[in-house]
Amino acid sequence: MAFRNYILVCGGTACESVKSEQIYQNLITACEEHGIADEVQIVKTGCFGFCEQGPIVKILPEDAFYVKVTPEDAAEIVSEHIIKGRQVQRLLYDKSGSTRHARVEDIQFYQKQFRIVLRNCGFINPESIDEYIAREGYQALERALFEMTSDDIIEELKHSGLRGRGGAGFPTWMKWNFTRQAKSDIKYVVCNADEGDPGAYMDRSTLEGDPHSILEAMTICGKTVGANKGYIYIRAEYPLAISRLEIAMAQAHEYGLLGKNILGSGFDFDIEIRLGAGAFVCGEETALLQSIEGKRGMPQPRPPFPAVKGLWGQPTVISNVETWANVPVIISRGASWFNKIGTADSKGTKVFALTGKIRNSGLVEVPMGTTLREIIFDIGGGIANGKKFKAVQTGGPSGGVLTEEYLDTPIDFGSLVKAGSMMGSGGMIVMDEDDCIVDVVKFYLDFSVDESCGKCSPCRIGGKSLAQILDKITKGNGTLEDITTMEKIGEAMKKGSLCALGQTTPNPILSSLAHFKDEYLAHIVDKKCPSGTCKDLISYWILEDKCIGCTVCARKCPVGAISGARKEVHVIDQNACTQCGVCYESCRFDAIEIR
Amino acid sequence: MSETSEVTFSPELISFIEEWKTKPGNLIMVLHKVQEEFNYISRESANLVSEMLDVPLARIWGVVSFYHFFKLTKPGKHTIRVCLGTACYLKGGQSILDELSAQLNLAEGSVSDDGLFSLEGVRCIGCCGLAPVMTIGGEVYGKVTKDKIAKILEPLRQA
Repeated sequence: MAFRNYILVCGGTACESVKSEQIYQNLITACEEHGIADEVQIVKTGCFGFCEQGPIVKILPEDAFYVKVTPEDAAEIVSEHIIKGRQVQRLLYDKSGSTRHARVEDIQFYQKQFRIVLRNCGFINPESIDEYIAREGYQALERALFEMTSDDIIEELKHSGLRGRGGAGFPTWMKWNFTRQAKSDIKYVVCNADEGDPGAYMDRSTLEGDPHSILEAMTICGKTVGANKGYIYIRAEYPLAISRLEIAMAQAHEYGLLGKNILGSGFDFDIEIRLGAGAFVCGEETALLQSIEGKRGMPQPRPPFPAVKGLWGQPTVISNVETWANVPVIISRGASWFNKIGTADSKGTKVFALTGKIRNSGLVEVPMGTTLREIIFDIGGGIANGKKFKAVQTGGPSGGVLTEEYLDTPIDFGSLVKAGSMMGSGGMIVMDEDDCIVDVVKFYLDFSVDESCGKCSPCRIGGKSLAQILDKITKGNGTLEDITTMEKIGEAMKKGSLCALGQTTPNPILSSLAHFKDEYLAHIVDKKCPSGTCKDLISYWILEDKCIGCTVCARKCPVGAISGARKEVHVIDQNACTQCGVCYESCRFDAIEIR
Repeated sequence: MSETSEVTFSPELISFIEEWKTKPGNLIMVLHKVQEEFNYISRESANLVSEMLDVPLARIWGVVSFYHFFKLTKPGKHTIRVCLGTACYLKGGQSILDELSAQLNLAEGSVSDDGLFSLEGVRCIGCCGLAPVMTIGGEVYGKVTKDKIAKILEPLRQA
């Protein structure tokens, strides 16, 4: 090693938002003060994935993993760890409270992970092309330009078994091949970075942590299909990813890896960034292309598919960020390396954003075929606060909920669909016993209705009707007939909607009806919300044997519905109560119960 | 165009529009730049863009009203955004939004009369590990609880 220590500071959005930039600056200042600025290299990297414990600082060669670091800790890290060689015990990752784990490989969160897409996230400075090159970067492009024909590349992709990671899982080589065979002087390559699935941030982290991998992959595709122009369509809400892409593009230009006559091969390829503007439907490929054209993002009927007739009517390969990030690895390490990972149906890995009621929220990359149980309980550390697992939702607003009986299902494209959900883009939201399934499904429906572009009536009218019925049920006005109505509307939307948004909007309802019908019935027949979430179906009661008359609840109640003298049992006036829950939250004696 | 535009674009914005004028599919990129300068897209700005790009106002309005990101009204000095992504929703994002709404006496999606605050529920901002999350300006507040809110708002109420 050229430096005596390397300090890696996480610069992902979650860590940046809790002041990792300040930590980075303070570390530099501390090293300068000690006169060791030349001996230590401090790097701001992409996301480490372990967002729950952020901000994260990792020090090499010791491989010390510091978590929840504050800017004030920087001086101590330098003076203790770097100068005196003593690791700062209180900042090391602590799993159980008893043993202190220092090294990354000891951390359970990382043990079952396998990183292809996120291979460089948390390792390199995403703003340095040299660091990307040092880790096999642009080798695949070189091979593609000088050693492989277009046929070779497509054959390699076919052999790798790579399927699109945006949700549908279409074989990537076929898309490339369609576009390649289409006769046209102008063709396009598009990266879909309009990650709109609530609770998912895989693509953003990849772009922030390893922007060059996307540029390299798109350039390889351009060479293969005969396109000279690429577009990255990215959410405007991702400023950090946009700026890192811009830096990466400028560096690639400077190195002759992008632009005219790439590496002297005579091949020209350039990439432009186009900003999204907050429309979920633009994740649908035809809508996205409309948006690049500067129009309202309305989906178009397929066929023709974009691979044949896409952007401005020209053949266009469009794939999402995670798919692109796999391409350089497949080309440089070979398809036979890649296709050994995963299952028969799905090769390689999948990145999930593991969130919700999980102990270790974060970004997780696992080989296809890993079970939900391994992800949730081994990597994710199980449910937070000792609660009981209830369900896991995959595929976001288009996906479904899965129950405990599916925890041992190996995850791949086929098995998730068979279980009644879908892979989707990689959101994985864990729910515990406190979450009401009907309420969560209503949340997804409200989302999809809000995001419907309104072009086709099954989606526009069907979605709205479903949302209204769910609202009625959560307010205690549902009837048994509503269930059959929802099923009917859902089936009609699946068949009749123009694009995937409308076709999948009923999925959360249909899958939850299959697994949680009892919970719907409790809302409809008993007029009760078993988890105590739906306000109109619950009431708060003070337990006589637990209330000590401290008066806190009575003082906090915003509508004066609680009465009782000091040191005497209090009573809630059920007619005046608005179910705001303030009393429940403020009682320190567990004397208030939800019925 | 008979309507008089009461808005003036900065030289940077004008040169950006000139640069993009000939590029296909430029409208959304231009509107982003306009919003960057004014924090929203006023009728007057839209008129001016229409003139400069020679695009019908109806098309511009169609695009602006389609995308959530474009704002039609001027936001408050402090824009409070509460994340309503799934992870934040499960961890009480909606109740944080309700509490802010009560403390500021301000409905979601509106601006206070004094122009100090605007309040929005927004899509996932991708800090799910910090849920529930809210942002004020560029500052991110993670693991927000209802009783932290008054303290967060206090210094902002001054100016």
